[in-house]
Amino acid sequence: MQISTRRLDKTAIIDISGDIDLAHSTEVRRTVLAELRVNKTPRVILNLHDVNYIDSSGVASLVEGLKAARDVGSRLILYGLSPIAHEVLRLSRLLKIFEIYDSEDLALEA
Amino acid sequence: MKRTGWLLRLELPSNPEILCVVRSAVMRLAEEMGFAPEECRGLTRAVDEALANIIRHAYDGRPGQPIEVLCRKLPGDSRGKQRAGLEIVLVDQGAAADRKKLCGRSFEEIRPGGLGLHFIKDAVDVMQYSTRDQTNRLRLVKYLPGANVESKIAKGE
Repeated sequence: MQISTRRLDKTAIIDISGDIDLAHSTEVRRTVLAELRVNKTPRVILNLHDVNYIDSSGVASLVEGLKAARDVGSRLILYGLSPIAHEVLRLSRLLKIFEIYDSEDLALEA
Repeated sequence: MKRTGWLLRLELPSNPEILCVVRSAVMRLAEEMGFAPEECRGLTRAVDEALANIIRHAYDGRPGQPIEVLCRKLPGDSRGKQRAGLEIVLVDQGAAADRKKLCGRSFEEIRPGGLGLHFIKDAVDVMQYSTRDQTNRLRLVKYLPGANVESKIAKGE
């Protein structure tokens, strides 16, 4: 898995590629939480376009990020969900909980 | 448990980094057996989540502990007594699972954790957990489309 962060004004875009599984979900969680709690970024956008697989620990990381965002008054946005990521969030019944967009442009406009 | 007659047998350490390899193998096996794409993904997710549970809970995150993955094709018979499908057994020597926790959490609860068991139960027709002689076994069975379903999941029995 690879993870990197781009910054645009008051927004952080975190690009993730590969598998968010037990081996890597901790890194996702750490990155997202640091962006929200340490950097106090008002809007954090996760690019999941190149995520091949996401397990329950990955979903848990996203949920923790969402809770942290709500705690600090920031927004956590997802975009570019691959069919597999979409399927996992659907199975988790979390599709309506997250703010999800199809593209980066739409996420930035939101 | 007999070590013969299995279509695929993997011995792996309790290291999270190895899970991607198992996922690939299970996905390919399910495809070869004729499961639909969504079923293949579900089965793969079920095995992955079960292995993650073994690593996290049975072995408390300790790497290098033994896990065995056994897969075999269940042949169907014309009388319908035996349904065709895929049987996957995961074996570990870690701490036994708390049966009370084998039910998973409610989907209505929005919190991290507890989803893995739901993914497993959602994907398979049979889930049986047993412990004997300090060895834990999780048996998962997914029947091929068209096979009659005699009994639904033996959840945590």
